[in-house]
Amino acid sequence: MAKKKKIDESKKMVRIYIMGKEYLVPAGLTIMKAMEYAGYRYIRGAGCRAGFCGACATVYRKLGDYKLHANLACQTTVEDGMYLVQLPFVPANKATYDMEKIKPDENVILEYYPEVARCVSCNTCTKACPQSLEVMDYIQAALRGDIKKVAELSFDCIQCGLCAIRCPAEIAHYHVGQLARRIYGKYMMARAKHLEERVKEIEAGKFDDEIKKLMKMSVAKLKELYNKREIEGEAMESG
Amino acid sequence: MYPKEMEKSVRKVEETRQERLKKLPERMTAEEREALLKKFHPDYRKGAKRKLKVGVSKGNMLPNEVADLIEAYPLIHPDEIDLSQIDYETDILIIGGGGAGTAAALWAYYNGVKPENIIIATKLRHGDANTMMAQGGIQAADKPNDSPAIHYLDVIGGGHYANKPELVARLVLDAPLIIKWHEELGIMYDKKPDGEMITVHGGGTSRKRMHSAKDYTGMEIMRVLRDEARNVGITTLEFSPAIELLMDEEGKVAGAVLFNMETEQYYVVKAKATIMATGGFGRLHIQGFPTTNHYGATADGLVMAYRAGARLRDMDSVQYHPTGAAYPEQILGLLVTEKVRSLGGQPVNVDGEQFVHPLEPRDVEASAFIRECYERNKCVVTPTGMRGIWLDSPMIEMIHGKGTIERRLGAMFRMFKRFDIDMREEPILVFPTLHYQNGGIEIDKEARVLGKNGVIAGLFAAGEVEGGVHGKNRLMGNSLLDTQVFGRAAGINAAKYVKKAKVGKLTLKHVKNYIDELKKAKIKEERKSPMLLPDYRGEKAVARMIDIF
Repeated sequence: MAKKKKIDESKKMVRIYIMGKEYLVPAGLTIMKAMEYAGYRYIRGAGCRAGFCGACATVYRKLGDYKLHANLACQTTVEDGMYLVQLPFVPANKATYDMEKIKPDENVILEYYPEVARCVSCNTCTKACPQSLEVMDYIQAALRGDIKKVAELSFDCIQCGLCAIRCPAEIAHYHVGQLARRIYGKYMMARAKHLEERVKEIEAGKFDDEIKKLMKMSVAKLKELYNKREIEGEAMESG
Repeated sequence: MYPKEMEKSVRKVEETRQERLKKLPERMTAEEREALLKKFHPDYRKGAKRKLKVGVSKGNMLPNEVADLIEAYPLIHPDEIDLSQIDYETDILIIGGGGAGTAAALWAYYNGVKPENIIIATKLRHGDANTMMAQGGIQAADKPNDSPAIHYLDVIGGGHYANKPELVARLVLDAPLIIKWHEELGIMYDKKPDGEMITVHGGGTSRKRMHSAKDYTGMEIMRVLRDEARNVGITTLEFSPAIELLMDEEGKVAGAVLFNMETEQYYVVKAKATIMATGGFGRLHIQGFPTTNHYGATADGLVMAYRAGARLRDMDSVQYHPTGAAYPEQILGLLVTEKVRSLGGQPVNVDGEQFVHPLEPRDVEASAFIRECYERNKCVVTPTGMRGIWLDSPMIEMIHGKGTIERRLGAMFRMFKRFDIDMREEPILVFPTLHYQNGGIEIDKEARVLGKNGVIAGLFAAGEVEGGVHGKNRLMGNSLLDTQVFGRAAGINAAKYVKKAKVGKLTLKHVKNYIDELKKAKIKEERKSPMLLPDYRGEKAVARMIDIF
């Protein structure tokens, strides 16, 4: 090994390897901020920077650890000896479907994503999921045609693609979850009757006069109405 | 787990919890709110804003960081762009691939525009937008005890009566229609088994009309809209932000120049109608605040539209969300959804005392936090010197029962758990963070952009980039709604418009004129815009950078 600069303990630096190249970065930074500290400016690999968009999927190994870890760069703190690379893109085919014509029966997922049947229950997808979702369980539920279960288990999916890139059966899990959730939301959850009624009222113009009156109202009068408006009970309804 | 000093304060929070369960502080009177805002809201800080020197809204007060981008020169000189070669010719060009842009694309499609004649050009990936990050919910007056008129009053009062009435009317009247559309698309809103929407309060609402999909509301909306846009086959150009609008000789907006950020080439897009849906300015870190916003929120659309003659409004007010994470350092400034307070989490100071009603409008709530930290010095100080207020999240499960936090605040729970804080057991530390651009380019109720002499033909706008809907302060749950209501309006009206529109010869004359005006105002050629992306590279690395390859 070449000579290494000593880590200055007072500044608490850690040594990370970005695509194999060594950089000293302050301890406590996220992987995302550490790469920026080292001089990288993202075009790909950064999106919301808050754990919601899945743009910063990152895989890494640690010194002396055989495991390939997967996580979000914006939500993971750097560790000394981390070897890491970000995934700029995950190629995965999304089925196209017409939600109005789709048949919400138990075979529908297999019809659009037949590769689901190739699942070997290895659980690699679950281990790779940065959201700690039970990915394999929802793929198995998809296989059984249990759409509700797929929708619920996959709900927190941020579609980063780490499951799909690791899957030996070459399933694109996150697309499967998307389809199931839309079918569940559209066909299996009960529709809100109060919403339908309100839409009818609006279309019939029920509120138009009242709104027009408000639009023309002076600020003084609006203030008066606003300041004495009734506020629905504070008591919080049960969760 | 918190450091020792902070743990001491946590004990005090625990001691007062039972007592605090029984009673909330009084809401402030209008006068109290006014006085608090004037003294503590960052908008009132001297020297943070300045008058614009150029353009149609010359004289308007803008935050310095935004004025810097407006009073800046184009990234490339118009003469360097060859407009004779057109790379894409289309009916509708949508700039921005977030909630507003994608809703616009779908509604243009529903109204007869072929999907191959709709292009979404987006700076990052389709869906990389603040919409994706909106957690708390979306407002719609769809319950029997509520009405669009009551919603109207909440919006305009919360906005300090500065809102544009026709836009507020459209927002509240279209809201239930949007939720219905979402239901039909298969968006999984939180519902009771019989289909009734589960709704809660947000800051400044007088009815419980906040609809949600756990605390992933925006993500659920965004991923379904995107899925639908892909199903119908709308063209999407990713990593290709617009850098300048194009006009024709008659002064109609006629497309844009895009920049492929990876190959660094430009594309000329000729379009009959252009919809600006680029979002806001959250990544400009106004007054040095951390931000809840996504990486690309750099006000590009504002800059380009202004050069094309769009009027600005309400740009003097900035929204700071009361609850950005203040600890740990790794998630500094990230959003802690207002829903934490909607569900009963109370803000308390270092001694475990209540000091403000949890659901005042955002500007008031944020100001009360700043007062508690900087005037009364009753805040918690972290090891890195950040000041913060406790948000007593364990109360949520005392009120609603065990399991509520994981079930309804899964994203929040996960974010803190990643850094070893269990918000079911311990409070979380928060402080105001830069959140939203209240104002923007002015539109009418058909989402048409207004300039000096009325409508700028061919240009529409939707979402955070436009102003007027929220006045000087937006309420929780009205930004997702804004993206959908005005995205839909822009899509419908652009579809109507393109049926008759003809585009003449493309020109960038408006940009040249703008350069002349900048020079006349003696603005030095040291700043360029749009910004496209912020630069967070380490100082040490930047100091050694050389541009030779």
